[in-house]
Amino acid sequence: MKYFRLVLSQLFAKKTRTILTMLSLLMAFLLFGLLQAVNVAFNRGTSIEGASRIVTQARVSFTSALPLRLLPQIEAVDGIEAVMYQQWFGAYYQEPNRQMVAFAVDPRRLRQVITEWELPSEQWDAFANTRTGMIVGKTLADQYDWKVGDKVPLSSNIWPQSDGNMSWALDVVGIFDSSDPATQPQLAYLNFDYFDEERQFGKGGAGIYVSRLGDPKDAERVSKEIDQMFQNSTDETKSQSEQEFNLNFVRQLGDINLIVSSILGAVFFTILLLTGNTMAQSVRERIPQLAVLKTLGFTDGTVQMLVLAESFVLIGIGALLGMAVATVLGMGMVGFLGGSGSVVNLQVWAYALVSVIVLSLLVGLPPAWRARRLKIVDALAGR
Amino acid sequence: MLNQIFAVTALNLRSLGGRLGSSLVIVIGIAGVVGVLTALLAMSKGFESTLGNTGRDDRAIVLRGGSSAELNSGLSSDNVQAIKDTRGESGTLTSSAEMIVITEFASKARGGSFNVTLRAVEQTGFDIRPEFRIVDGRKFEPGLQEVIVGKDALASFEGVSIGSNMRFRGGDWEVVGVFETGDSHDSELWADLATAQTAFGRTGTSSVLVQLESADGFDAFASALKEDPRVNVDVKRERDYYSGQSGQFKRLIGILAGVVGVIMGLGALFAALNTMYAAVSTRTTEIATLRAIGFGSMAVVVSVVAEAVALALLGGVIGAAVSWLLFNGYTASTLGQGFTQVAFEFQVTPDLMLLGLIMALILGFLGGLLPAIRAARLPVTVALRGA
Repeated sequence: MKYFRLVLSQLFAKKTRTILTMLSLLMAFLLFGLLQAVNVAFNRGTSIEGASRIVTQARVSFTSALPLRLLPQIEAVDGIEAVMYQQWFGAYYQEPNRQMVAFAVDPRRLRQVITEWELPSEQWDAFANTRTGMIVGKTLADQYDWKVGDKVPLSSNIWPQSDGNMSWALDVVGIFDSSDPATQPQLAYLNFDYFDEERQFGKGGAGIYVSRLGDPKDAERVSKEIDQMFQNSTDETKSQSEQEFNLNFVRQLGDINLIVSSILGAVFFTILLLTGNTMAQSVRERIPQLAVLKTLGFTDGTVQMLVLAESFVLIGIGALLGMAVATVLGMGMVGFLGGSGSVVNLQVWAYALVSVIVLSLLVGLPPAWRARRLKIVDALAGR
Repeated sequence: MLNQIFAVTALNLRSLGGRLGSSLVIVIGIAGVVGVLTALLAMSKGFESTLGNTGRDDRAIVLRGGSSAELNSGLSSDNVQAIKDTRGESGTLTSSAEMIVITEFASKARGGSFNVTLRAVEQTGFDIRPEFRIVDGRKFEPGLQEVIVGKDALASFEGVSIGSNMRFRGGDWEVVGVFETGDSHDSELWADLATAQTAFGRTGTSSVLVQLESADGFDAFASALKEDPRVNVDVKRERDYYSGQSGQFKRLIGILAGVVGVIMGLGALFAALNTMYAAVSTRTTEIATLRAIGFGSMAVVVSVVAEAVALALLGGVIGAAVSWLLFNGYTASTLGQGFTQVAFEFQVTPDLMLLGLIMALILGFLGGLLPAIRAARLPVTVALRGA
């Protein structure tokens, strides 16, 4: 540590070069932070162990609705505290491209299963008792400036009413928030009874079932039990943890992992070359200085460590700045990818630290070796 | 003055060999940016062209009004009959009522479960698609629970090869053939309509595909259906219906390419500046000598910028070439509008490579300009002393 100032002053002997190199490093790690965050978010915990909610869908696919009549059987499975069902409404507001997430649900069951939605008790009751009632997540309500008491015509691109009308007039009876800051309530629920009575076709289809477990340890057993119950029937089911179900959507967009690693591979190859060149050049220029250090009694090992430290500090500062910018930008992506704080989380920082160490060694070792082997006489003579 | 510019530029470029290491930084830096950007855009291009190739102008697809995609659409059997009865100028048009069901299969490369379209068609569905051909096995027999699989689906998913059994709603379906249409249907499974309706407990269909008498017959057909009080439907040219589906993916990739391009571009720009500042500073005395014997500062500026641009272009060419070698024809898949996987091939087209070269040119120019100006403005006397 006592040589820290020496390392710094050597590093900044050529200000332009060092600063430009750091800026390149900053950009590389900014990209690293953002892309790794996306990657981590898409690949995070997918094991069913410890899941507190289980989603049961038709085995064919979640777009085929399971019938309502499965409800009592699922409810009877040991370990399940509460069950709800939800039918995708295919909602849009005014324009077909202003799509939104909306489900038809049984209000009382929703309240028992999705416990993180915060809604005043009288609004829960109003939702349960108003046929045309709808409750809206705060984020969504803010977006369209909807208030309790508003009448909102919500269109469906799937479900016509019995008279063929695709627009459903609904009453906003509640606006809910989330007790978990990581989830933004950007969806709406309408009353299943009203929906099922009024829709032109598909009556009796519940959509998918969501069960809340008393003990997350039961997740695997419960989901197996449900699936076995309906095996070989026309309503074969597939149960999985809620996270796995959600992640399946984003995974299908493409091989995120491959795209991210290809881009980062190209970036790091470039950065390796760039920083390697900078370090080699800087050591080449300072050969006489290094020789002087050795003359003063610095050992070969110390001189080698000084050069290595320089490479580490150079890359470390660039990476630190880049990751800091990525973390700030990552706060804006929380709503999209989930998580809390910033999507550039500790795990991403840990990956960055590993990259810094590997890069520093790759970049620093060749010039450090050269500095170590320096013969004082030759170096001072400029040979 | 032109003579001066040529002389100094030639001198610079000839001496490049001596600065190989640092010059390489510009080349590789820019090759990286151009390579990554070209590959990303090639992905978007490939998807767009797969969907753009799907469908024909002389076929129309009929969906329930307001449904915008086959997945959301549903037509009752009465509706289907009304649509099928719509006449062209010289009689009834050939049509195929089709039902789609989303199924799930594990990806060969990535496991998990992916949405795959199961399309149930009438026999006429083959007649009105001359692009359809069986490449292995045979077509399904009407009335039997048999499936044929598109060649891209065969390549991508587990358990879809000829002879395997698929389970849908408690029943077994045998795969009996592999087909190719050369478009996005190659990612689908096909089965017999009536059999599938029975198995999935449905009476209606998702869409009706109609063979028009000619591409010009579309307007007459569409307005005839619009005026029919029995049905409330949307009619689109089949080609327009599929082309319209690439927009969202294109936007998503556009955003990704934009973010990655700006960040990597800035990184490469700083690298180029670095190299060119270094190049200029090692040649301070040389440049000052040129100025002292009468070369103008413009000649110096141009020569430095030219060097940077030449290196950047070289990088751009390498980046585009590597991207072409690695990714042209590379097969990937993503979710289409129908919420199912659509396979497509990356297309590294000449215009994308040109775009990459233009980007390289701009980065090289910017990277050379500032150091060039610094070199030109250095007082000759100071520079000659080797300051």
